[in-house]
Amino acid sequence: MSRTSERVQQRAAWGFLAPALILIGSFFFVPILAGLVMSFTDFDIYSIGRPDTIRFVGLSNYHQVLTSSEFWHAMRNTGFFVGVGGPLSVLTSLVAALLVNSKLARWKSFFRTVYFTPVVTTMVAVAIVWRYLLHTRYGLINAGLGALHLPAVDWLGDPHWAMPAIILLSVWKNFGYNMLIFIAGLQAIPEELYEAAELDGAGSVARFRHVTLPSLAPTFLFVGVMTMIGQFQIFAEPYVMTQGGPLRSTVTVVLLMYEQGFRWWRMGLATSMAFVLFAVTLVATAIQLRLQGGRR
Amino acid sequence: MIRGRRRGIAPGAAAALALLVALSGCARRDTRTTLRFWGMGREGEVVSQLLGGFERENPDVRVVVQQIPWSAAHEKLLTAYVGRSTPDVSQLGNTWVPEFAALEAIEPLGHRLEQAPFGPGSFFRGIWDTNVIGGRVYGVPWYVDTRLIFYRKDLLARAGYDSIPPTWSGWLEAMRAVKREVGPDRYAIFLPLNEWNPPIILGMQAGSPLLVDDGTRAAFDDSSFRAGFDFYLDLFREKLAPPVTGNEIANVYQEFSRGYFAMWITGPWNLGEFRRRLPADQQDDWATSPMPGPRGAASGISMAGGSSLVMFRDSKHKREAWKLIEYLSRPEVQLEFWRLTGDLPGRVETWRDTALAADPKMHAFEEQLRRVEPLPKVPEMEQIAIRLQDWVERAVRGTVPPDRALASLSDEVDRMLEKRRWLRAHGRLDGSTP
Repeated sequence: MSRTSERVQQRAAWGFLAPALILIGSFFFVPILAGLVMSFTDFDIYSIGRPDTIRFVGLSNYHQVLTSSEFWHAMRNTGFFVGVGGPLSVLTSLVAALLVNSKLARWKSFFRTVYFTPVVTTMVAVAIVWRYLLHTRYGLINAGLGALHLPAVDWLGDPHWAMPAIILLSVWKNFGYNMLIFIAGLQAIPEELYEAAELDGAGSVARFRHVTLPSLAPTFLFVGVMTMIGQFQIFAEPYVMTQGGPLRSTVTVVLLMYEQGFRWWRMGLATSMAFVLFAVTLVATAIQLRLQGGRR
Repeated sequence: MIRGRRRGIAPGAAAALALLVALSGCARRDTRTTLRFWGMGREGEVVSQLLGGFERENPDVRVVVQQIPWSAAHEKLLTAYVGRSTPDVSQLGNTWVPEFAALEAIEPLGHRLEQAPFGPGSFFRGIWDTNVIGGRVYGVPWYVDTRLIFYRKDLLARAGYDSIPPTWSGWLEAMRAVKREVGPDRYAIFLPLNEWNPPIILGMQAGSPLLVDDGTRAAFDDSSFRAGFDFYLDLFREKLAPPVTGNEIANVYQEFSRGYFAMWITGPWNLGEFRRRLPADQQDDWATSPMPGPRGAASGISMAGGSSLVMFRDSKHKREAWKLIEYLSRPEVQLEFWRLTGDLPGRVETWRDTALAADPKMHAFEEQLRRVEPLPKVPEMEQIAIRLQDWVERAVRGTVPPDRALASLSDEVDRMLEKRRWLRAHGRLDGSTP
């Protein structure tokens, strides 16, 4: 092959890539870059009408974010959500996948569809239904607790229970997606491995521990990382269910960012929060990769 | 293929042509000016019922009303401004006027007011004042709102009082007497910890300006705000008020009816709610009272709330927009508006109408409205109030000592106002640009 034809090919490749690159560039990289620049300014309500009042303030937004008790409160709430909701969500997905994938299960595709339905349902519609479920006096969940002779819980009104309620809702809403990935992972495990283990006298628990779990490790890594990244950005659930209340117990970082940005129009501050959150997510992902990747 | 496609175009083109003809036909028939009006919440729902009269008087104007829920109103107005799609006329919560004036989004009324059939004197002074920013008038009060005391007459009577005393000391004595009467599980007054209005009103009554130096510095740790704050905290220390938020009380009307508390500082929308939600045999047991003050009735001020009518700078129909604002400000239209919504009218003349004057529960509101003061007119005020509520709650719950709560609040607010100090130092505060 001559060099010119290679160059022609290269040019053709760029040509094919161009539409995607232009789209990604103008709708992804440019806004991110603009956001980064904005995070070093004091863009605020006064700046909308009079752009000449925008000042470059260096790192002072970052300083303000990192020293604000409100931000760390939101970070703690988010951390609680990720730390409790994440494992719970992955575990629920795994159990659901095992059930649906089980040889004993009938109507597999029916259950797969049912479990996946919440993922594709609108958050607002889900919120309305869940508000009924969580209602203190008429809710199904408290009725269940009552049947077990447990005291009723004021799910969305009590600062201690609001975040667990949001976690419950979020796990229910999202486990279907990870379930599908787990099912794919389970189906990729060669049947011979199980047969060999069975011949060696491994019971079902041993088979699960020594065949299923190790074979699923790459799936676990993927699901774990994606779930965590997604959960750090939790917004819609508290926004529609509690607006951050009661007592700011469900204010997450993105919700706080939204308030600062679109309610008070402190865009500079809000964008710097976004980059702090990005850094936190990056570090947490690296830690998770190290932990889970190291096991393999 | 090609023939098929051609055949496909013909009906489409015919339809487009028909549509074009139809549209141009419409345009020819309807040469009226379209005024876009944004109304919020309940007001947005009923305002179109008031507009028939306006359109009859102005056959060349058509008003299109867009309803906006209160929870989304602020964001929607801001994004409309950024996207240059603001309406001609809008209802605007009067605590938002400073913000939209700072944005230069709304039009100063200026010379239009000089020829208007009303003036500042036609409205409650404190309410009118909320629309004046840097010496310019930006809005006309539409309906008004303030906070005062709703109380249980029967519980006060049992404690030996037939009304709320007008001084702080007398009021405190009355609350103590009620508390002695109702016992440890019930309270004299309900001050929900998720509401910033009561501590701010008490601070204002004690003479605090809240912010100083053209709204560029916090004044929460000075002695006057401190006096109001101490009075407020004492109500919790003496267990005259339960330390709870509104969320912790499932049904506040039921609790009022049961006598869980005897007084509640709240607003005019509860006139309707109390009538609807309290049992019929209790309707004679409740009343309204103006706020007491530290030095008697004259110092018993409250805050000036409500909504104004404003016109936007980008409007191309300002003459018609002003006509609409004038129309909605007429006493008879205001009275009709009150009948539809229960919102208290801004025009003072309206209050002389028999229907309004006949209601004894309205008297307290009329009296209070003559003694209202605006909150500091800075765009950051709502945010400041929310921070205040947060620190006040911590002080009441005892997680932070009162001194430190006020000092931290002042620090935080000072930081929020840094931009205003910079604007002021450069002479660019409050629309001082040409």
